[in-house]
Amino acid sequence: MKELSFDAVVIGGGAAGMAAALELDTRGHSVLIVEREATLGGILMQCIHNGFGLIEFNEELTGPEFAQRFEEDIRNRNIQTSLRTTVLDIREEGGLKAIYCVSPSQGMMRIEARAIVLAMGCRERTRGNIRIPGTRPAGIYTAGLAQRLINIEGFIPGKDVVIIGSGDIGLIMARRMSWSGCKVHAVIEILPYPSGLTRNIVQCLDDFGIPLYLSHLVTNIYGKDRVEGIEVTPIESGALMHEKAFRIACDTVLLSVGLVPENELSRNAGIELQPATNGPWVDSTLMTTMPGVFACGNVLHVHDLVDYVVEEARRAGANAAAWLSGYRPARELRVKAGPNIRYVMPMRVNLERENRFYMRSLIVKNDARLEVRLDGAVVRSRRLAHVQPSEMLSLMLVPEELSAAGRDSTVEIALL
Amino acid sequence: MDQFDVAIIGAGVCGANIARKLSQYELDVALLEKEVDVSLGTSKANSGIVHGGFHDHIRTLKARLELRGALMFDRLHEELDFPFERCGILVAALHEDEMKAIEQLYLQGVENGVIGIEMCSRERMLELEPTLNPDVVGGLYAPSGGILEPYRFVFSLVESARNNGVHLKTEFEVESATREAGFWRIRAKSGQEISARYVVNSAGLLADSVSAAFGAERFTIVPRKGEYYLLDRSTKAKPSRVIFPVPTEDSKGILVIPTVEGTVLIGPTASPAQNKEDFATTREQLEHVLHTARMMVPSISENDVITSFAGLRAVYGSDFYIALSEKAQAFVQVAGIQSPGLTASPAIGEYVKDLLKKAGLRLVEKSTWDPYVHKVPRARDADPFALDALVAQDPAYGDIVCRCERVSEAEIVAAIRAGHTTLDGIKYYTRAQMGRCQGGFCTYKIIRILMRETGMSFDQITKRGGGSFILKGSL
Repeated sequence: MKELSFDAVVIGGGAAGMAAALELDTRGHSVLIVEREATLGGILMQCIHNGFGLIEFNEELTGPEFAQRFEEDIRNRNIQTSLRTTVLDIREEGGLKAIYCVSPSQGMMRIEARAIVLAMGCRERTRGNIRIPGTRPAGIYTAGLAQRLINIEGFIPGKDVVIIGSGDIGLIMARRMSWSGCKVHAVIEILPYPSGLTRNIVQCLDDFGIPLYLSHLVTNIYGKDRVEGIEVTPIESGALMHEKAFRIACDTVLLSVGLVPENELSRNAGIELQPATNGPWVDSTLMTTMPGVFACGNVLHVHDLVDYVVEEARRAGANAAAWLSGYRPARELRVKAGPNIRYVMPMRVNLERENRFYMRSLIVKNDARLEVRLDGAVVRSRRLAHVQPSEMLSLMLVPEELSAAGRDSTVEIALL
Repeated sequence: MDQFDVAIIGAGVCGANIARKLSQYELDVALLEKEVDVSLGTSKANSGIVHGGFHDHIRTLKARLELRGALMFDRLHEELDFPFERCGILVAALHEDEMKAIEQLYLQGVENGVIGIEMCSRERMLELEPTLNPDVVGGLYAPSGGILEPYRFVFSLVESARNNGVHLKTEFEVESATREAGFWRIRAKSGQEISARYVVNSAGLLADSVSAAFGAERFTIVPRKGEYYLLDRSTKAKPSRVIFPVPTEDSKGILVIPTVEGTVLIGPTASPAQNKEDFATTREQLEHVLHTARMMVPSISENDVITSFAGLRAVYGSDFYIALSEKAQAFVQVAGIQSPGLTASPAIGEYVKDLLKKAGLRLVEKSTWDPYVHKVPRARDADPFALDALVAQDPAYGDIVCRCERVSEAEIVAAIRAGHTTLDGIKYYTRAQMGRCQGGFCTYKIIRILMRETGMSFDQITKRGGGSFILKGSL
């Protein structure tokens, strides 16, 4: 078994992993990126549509173009990568962290690291997760799998399509399938509002005349060998209207019903996860409950833009570097998700530095107000023209705003 | 036309055991299967349990075969390549009035000769199974009960039978048969024909129509549906033993099963199916599964659900129907094999061999019979050093194709080379696509490996044969 040693190992070579590794390298630490696929870039590589990089580069790039900019940087700086390598285990051994991974060319490797950055991304929720009854024919795929099949493998998974869930990948795939000569009959969303970004509703559904059924539930899937149709039931005042159920004939069902951070490695390593995000608990430096292990990107919480992922990953990389150099936050306060906020990330605020927070709304509202409260007293209030769960909110807090904080103070962020 | 001594119709767990048993003798045996792969019927969608031998009285054929079969699994596990563990079985009583039934099961178990069966207090039950509802009042413990992967069991039996000369013919759906000069001439829907001196009808749900095609007994197999939920291996609700409720008249009830590969299965329901192809799950029945399973293990959460599925039991009367036909010559009926069919199946193999002997089949043991199959190493079972050694021999062990169930490319290739050339066949052989992402990350990789290994084009790839095509076009 091969033995290697680095200051830091980044698990996952997508947008988050690359951005974190670059920061660690910039700060002079030896770093290795472990990536299970044959290329860096992660899911960006199958996102051949544009719309990436508006914040990061102030231009619209495709996924592969966005990834390429980071990848070139990685290559130019000779940052080491181990591709086609699957991490099987993270263990604490003798005060160090050991990463056990395997690749076809290297066999098993044991990599010692003083710090680890988790950047494994997320996976798609499945039919089983949302428990749609019916038969189990061919033709039911997650939207991301369909995207991979078309954009990279060059295969069309089906011709007559219904998309369940209005998540962004589903919307993007509605357009992609239409461009490939397929008929997208409908997008079915259980909630009264779309789960994806507004720009995707407009560009991917409205422009193609694809109907979006809000407050509708898919209650059955039919078909013996291949999907033959689905049953859709309207929801009115929270109740299923079975007498108004109708069928849509199709040969393909694509699911875009949410993403889940992929934390099996973290969980097995004993890292504490939190239910609101399915990601690790982290402090103000994005460090998990295992000292020296940081998390960023979609493994921490699901983001809607890669630009946010990269911003957060840079922070994680920089914080990991600071941790390696001995920095420990001296004063942190607990940050609580207040009314109408699902979660705030991270869950601690550092009283010595600027703090960037990402959060998600639980409500859809025009003319909303975001409030930061210190022990109940409002220290910041910001007007927001429109909030909805699918659009992540961002907030910067500086130590001066929290100067009144005592030892046991709590910061709460609320949406009104 | 190919001529055989024996043709076995149906490659489920019964047909596979019968085929392997007969492969010990100097016989030409054909195993006929209507599907594209073996084990795709009732044998694939069941609880995967080696039962405890106390549910039925020893005067029934099914109890005798269950008790005999249960004892045969340790040796089969040694010889073949399927996961099996004697984790023990509990029957939990949640009300005082259920203890009467527990006592009856216990006494029946003692009479049946079940080794180690124990009547338990509440404390003993909770000690044996801490995930149990603390309101449990007592129960039964059968330490010899076990769990296995039923499809892997069938795959391995068939592999062993084939290694020893049995001919497997898939996509051979029997349509009609005639008796000519001491032989059954058997025609398939596809037009293929074979002939055989003896025929075994182990056609499961279709045993009635096969019997009719041979002019044998008229009877009706009624499909009874069982729906299940599969839970993620990370669930907190993972018991260490199989948990049964107190049984009812027509079923053993809804169980909580720690599968041998680490996930948790809850189910099955028992409801009439609309027809023999009605594998649809229903919201009502699945809610019933969750509700009932939670009464025994309260920590079961719907958030842990990976998938649901339904299987159909082949119901005919209250006992197994295994006998020489009284109407058709040289024809053995193996019908109505519902629970505990999987447990009994190795004993059914022996029993049918004896029936064939009684009907005049000459049995001469082969000197070359090899009971062992090659065990395919699995990446998820290997410790770091073992995996390192596997990759050194075959680099494909270092390519983890299915991250959720940790399946390497080498195992996918082994499945394909063993003849499992559909996505479902590969799934049941390797567990790839069976985990929490349900194939979201690995399906395209498996398609590529299938195309490379078999030379199939993209439009020939199916989920499970027939018209279950995965892809509809290319760019």
